Amino acid sequence: MSDVVEKTLTALPGLLSLDLQTGAGKLSSTSKLGNLIRGITELTSKHDEEKLIKRELAAIKEQVSSPNTTMRQMKEIMVRSIYCEMLGYEADFSYIHAIKLAQQGSVLEKRVGYLAVSLFLNENHELLLLLVNTVLKDLQSTNLIEVCMALTVVSQIFPRDMIPAILPLVEEKLNHPKEIIRRKAVQALHKFYLIAPNQVQHIHSKFRKALCDKDPGVMAASLHIYLQMIKESADSYRDLAGSFVTILKQVVGGKLPVDYNYHSVPAPWVQIQLLRILALLGKDDQSTSELMYDVLDESIRRAEISHNITYAILFECVKTIYTIHPKEELLEKAAKCIGNFVLSPKINLKYLGLKALTYVVQQDANLALQHQMTIIECLDHSDIIIKRETLELLFRITNAQNVTVIVEKMLDFLRLCHEDYAIIDLVAKVAELAEKYPFRTPCPHLTPNNRWFIETMSTIFTVGGELMQPDIPSNFLRLLAEGSDSLEDDRQLRMYAVDSYVSLLQTNPTKLPQRFLQVISWVLGEYSHLVDDLSPCLVIELLVRLLERPDVASDTRSWVMTAVGKLSAGAGVGKLSAGTGAGGGTGEGAGLVQRVAQQHSSSLDTQLRQQALELQLLSQDPELHARVLPRGDAWGSLEVDSSLSFLDGFVSEALASGAAPYKPPHQRQEELRQEKALSLEPYALSLPISLSSCSIADRQSPTLLSISSGLSGNSAELAHRAGSGSLKLEGVKRVWGKDGYLPHQREVPEEPSVPQEDSAPAPPTFPQQSSALTPPSADPSEEDRDKQQLASSLFVGLSSNNSTCLMGKPEAPAPQRFRRKHKNTDSASASSSSDSSHSPHDAANHFLYSSLLEEGPASPIMLTQNSLAPSNRTEANGTHTRGDAPVLPTANGVADVGDREAPPSLTTANEAPSPGVGGHRDPPLLMGGMELVQPCPPPPAPTASTQSSAEGADTPQLPELPPESDHLPPESDHLPPELRNLPHSDMSPLASDQSLSLSCCRVHREDALVLVLQMSNACGAALLDVSVELQCHELKVASLRGNALESLPAQSVRVCWYTLLMEAPHTHVMVTGSVSYREESGPSHTLEISSKLSLADFLRPLVLSTEEYGKLWLSLSQDVKQNLKLLDPDGDPLCSSLSVLKDKLQLHVVDIIGSEGIVACKLLQGAPCLLHCRVHAGALAVWLRSPVPGLPDCLLYHLQRALQER
Amino acid sequence: MIKFFLMVNKQGQTRLSKYYENVDISKRAALEADVVKGCLSRRKDECSFVEYKDYKLVYRQYAALYIVVGITDTENELSIYELVHNFIEVLDKYFSRVVIYPSPIQSELDIMFNLDKVHIILDEMILNGHVVETNKNRILAPLLVLDKMVES
Repeated sequence: MSDVVEKTLTALPGLLSLDLQTGAGKLSSTSKLGNLIRGITELTSKHDEEKLIKRELAAIKEQVSSPNTTMRQMKEIMVRSIYCEMLGYEADFSYIHAIKLAQQGSVLEKRVGYLAVSLFLNENHELLLLLVNTVLKDLQSTNLIEVCMALTVVSQIFPRDMIPAILPLVEEKLNHPKEIIRRKAVQALHKFYLIAPNQVQHIHSKFRKALCDKDPGVMAASLHIYLQMIKESADSYRDLAGSFVTILKQVVGGKLPVDYNYHSVPAPWVQIQLLRILALLGKDDQSTSELMYDVLDESIRRAEISHNITYAILFECVKTIYTIHPKEELLEKAAKCIGNFVLSPKINLKYLGLKALTYVVQQDANLALQHQMTIIECLDHSDIIIKRETLELLFRITNAQNVTVIVEKMLDFLRLCHEDYAIIDLVAKVAELAEKYPFRTPCPHLTPNNRWFIETMSTIFTVGGELMQPDIPSNFLRLLAEGSDSLEDDRQLRMYAVDSYVSLLQTNPTKLPQRFLQVISWVLGEYSHLVDDLSPCLVIELLVRLLERPDVASDTRSWVMTAVGKLSAGAGVGKLSAGTGAGGGTGEGAGLVQRVAQQHSSSLDTQLRQQALELQLLSQDPELHARVLPRGDAWGSLEVDSSLSFLDGFVSEALASGAAPYKPPHQRQEELRQEKALSLEPYALSLPISLSSCSIADRQSPTLLSISSGLSGNSAELAHRAGSGSLKLEGVKRVWGKDGYLPHQREVPEEPSVPQEDSAPAPPTFPQQSSALTPPSADPSEEDRDKQQLASSLFVGLSSNNSTCLMGKPEAPAPQRFRRKHKNTDSASASSSSDSSHSPHDAANHFLYSSLLEEGPASPIMLTQNSLAPSNRTEANGTHTRGDAPVLPTANGVADVGDREAPPSLTTANEAPSPGVGGHRDPPLLMGGMELVQPCPPPPAPTASTQSSAEGADTPQLPELPPESDHLPPESDHLPPELRNLPHSDMSPLASDQSLSLSCCRVHREDALVLVLQMSNACGAALLDVSVELQCHELKVASLRGNALESLPAQSVRVCWYTLLMEAPHTHVMVTGSVSYREESGPSHTLEISSKLSLADFLRPLVLSTEEYGKLWLSLSQDVKQNLKLLDPDGDPLCSSLSVLKDKLQLHVVDIIGSEGIVACKLLQGAPCLLHCRVHAGALAVWLRSPVPGLPDCLLYHLQRALQER
Repeated sequence: MIKFFLMVNKQGQTRLSKYYENVDISKRAALEADVVKGCLSRRKDECSFVEYKDYKLVYRQYAALYIVVGITDTENELSIYELVHNFIEVLDKYFSRVVIYPSPIQSELDIMFNLDKVHIILDEMILNGHVVETNKNRILAPLLVLDKMVES
């Protein structure tokens, strides 16, 4: 060591002069940093280190607080702090100075300041807010190097809530003439995309521009964003496949500048990135895949230089080729590559080859067959990592015939393994295999297989110990308890388990882990009565011995106690106390039980004490015992309704009477955070959270509950997830599934492997088998033969004719032994998770809309419609010959939307006023309108508005007619006079059939939204019993009129109107409903309607004075900020933008002062929302406040749209 | 994805650490010790990839220095192995002397005395766990400008 120190010291002067050369800050050998570094290199013990760093921290602390410290010194201090933190000693007092250095230092100091910030702080650190101003300033700097630094730090760490503050500046940089700035801007946007995807939705087109940038660096940076977005939703980007292929072609063809080469390979990391993107795009899509075949072929062809980096590219090529739609020729080449890897003497390549093989065997099991000898060699490789990877590969080619050998190999590995994580992973895998195949070996006798299963599990329990996933033992017990269809099989298995455990306890119970002891206790308690020649007393005695051992944990004791309780009846205790006489043996057992109960009835462990007291009682009362712990299994009839559907009635009752819907704890917490005033994270919680919370609240239907509980109950799934691979189960035949043993479901594909059966009979026990397979032998030929033998037992069943069964052939339906109601949970959870994961990343405008739509589960409306009127439909088709029946183009669209709608549960429309009410009011309104409206409502703005109601969010908001406009369209004549002069939308058609046309219009009354539904009878006869039902969960129906008519005369028009209020803010709500009527002599018909209402319909201006505004502003807490597009940047941007908003969204502009404007509005009869708008950096910075959590977000959405549409 | 990037010497002392996901500072030392133990104990003829918890470690030795990169399972081990070499080549180019086969003490001290610059170089190459730039000229460009500005 002293030698080293000496060298260090002599090296120092040379170093220092070099430092001068590279222009670094001068480090004199007496500098504090120099001292620290020397100190660190001289450390000999942890204790020394602690002393040194503590001293250093104290010195730093003193120095930073001194006012005389220059920025240059500060830079050095930061590096010293970085050292301290690197060694694990927190230097939190210097964080603030790092920010200060970034703020005030000159270039290099500034860079070190930013560097220290990025190393010290994490994403949620509150000090990060202080960085925002500095970043803002630097982004606007004329010094490019400062802009560069700011962009670098932004793409490393930036507070999510503050993204809007700098987003416009970053966006602007996308057009910068310098490539490095453009590249860094793209990187910053990538970061934003990762932490707040909805903030950058509007710049997707700019990503495309970056992809096509003439500079390869900018293009390469954009690939990261694309990879991420394509991962989330490949479908949206398939059109870009051609571009990626072209780019890859150019890169592979060496079209990039030569300094992108790495060891003469052109831009290898860019190639790899592109190959990953192609794999995602080509997956499950033949036509897209076909675009890629050429370039993949070329990539393989070009990668001929033997260098690691070309192998890395080849590996990626192979993965891509096996992921996309297959092409024979390419598969062959890829297989050859894998072969070269696996056979390579270079260990790293071998590893990569095994990894590739593991990835590929699911598609092509034959490939494993080709390399079987290599695989066998790897299995005995001296490198544990290679071994591990080989086991992973074997795990994926397991079938019924080779499972015993493979499991034995895995257990061998496990016994020698000391790494916790590997043990957990492998134990779970072995358990999975053991449960899958225990009865499937070709051997017809059950005993060895039972034995194999029990012994394998025993090894797992012993090796896995306390590390393994807790669901492994419980799955095992469930398998035992539920049994199979054959009672005899079950009995054999259980008897074997009892025998094996009794002998385990008799020999050496001290080494058994707690979990295993619990399993043993349960099995003995439940099944030891099956073994005739086993005395219950013996079992009790063995168990009691466990209780006496100090190393047995208290929860294990309680398992043991329970077992003793079950056994006490068998021991004749009950008989004894019932006075029916008892032999010596039973008396002994009874005494034992009594003694145990006695002994533990005063235990300090309350659980144990209670159990002891129960035992005392039970052992004295056989009848009670028989009732509480019935012998034999009640499992057969046990049904677990994991969805708790029996509570559905109760839940809906409670909900109906006003109870709050259940929210899971994490959501409650989320909401609590949200409610907190002065939250530091308004943005973090803004849009997505409020949406998701409302959607979750609305989704609290029992169906969702059942999905989640189904999931949590699905323990095999959990274990599966805990393992590393996600593809493990695919392609492996399943005999034991999540739901238990699936016996006798399929033909076993044993026939083709007759010759192999000879070489691979499953011998009864493992020790024998393994010794037979791998005897240590000096004779090479014998060794070879052994390997051959091992190979044939490992790869049995992988021959080409039954390899198909490995390819994920659909499983036969599992017999539901344990009748959980979680069928389809896999698909359900998968689809729901994929929905929720891609929804935030949909194209900009779809975000809100789609998540709104997702709220409703599948549609009961359709059901009712179908069940109500099947005849009606056929009839409609039949009478279509009339030809004059106008079918509006909306019909389809409406049906589509209705399809996805929420189920009706509010029955507001049912409490309809008597038809008389409508009758009284309507006649005066309808004079003179009749001729105009027949035979169907003239479509005023036909296609546009039709589509808007059908397709939703993409189309403009309703065009408001100014009240003073005097050329009202004719159909407004049908509006009730008191509504006629209010602002209202055009009448837009909703639905129609041959006799009835429906259209609607929205009238903005000051206190409510009035939805006017116009029904016109187009046929020659009156329609009877016309009734309208409208549902919308999100809205409150304040009043309604005319929704039930006794008759609608021929060629006449009636209106019905709903007065609606929105209580909780939503960006959009769907109103659905149906209109039913009866033809005079015909059947009844139902027309489905749906219409989308926007938040804007429920907003009204809030008239305030500036003072009132100020007071209100201060009292509000829900706070959202966002930068919006500014209109008319040349003229008076603020005024023109505000006036657009005012017109479109009915806002009240309170005041405009200079470049700032204050605006107010309110939700109908409800909460106010205040806006503070400021023109800043070419954008409109809007700050919204409201007492209602979701309102600012929803309003913001509409503000954005209103400005974009202009 | 890259989870962390470490430079350690043969004695297992950390000379540079950069984490691409939040790891509590109190846990870093233990993690580094574990990681280093996993890599340093391996023989030359064993492969350069190690499994560690749910990560993979890719390590490469340069004289007395080890570089260890923690990656997720989806990452391409060999490409990271070469990325490490690229990084060393960049350092070599910047410090204009042979780092790859230097006297052990010197290269380690190079890094120690220029910790900030090594970090700046690394930041240009790896960002949020993604490989963002591998072109040596471009990696060094910002740093060289900084140096020039300091000189003048």
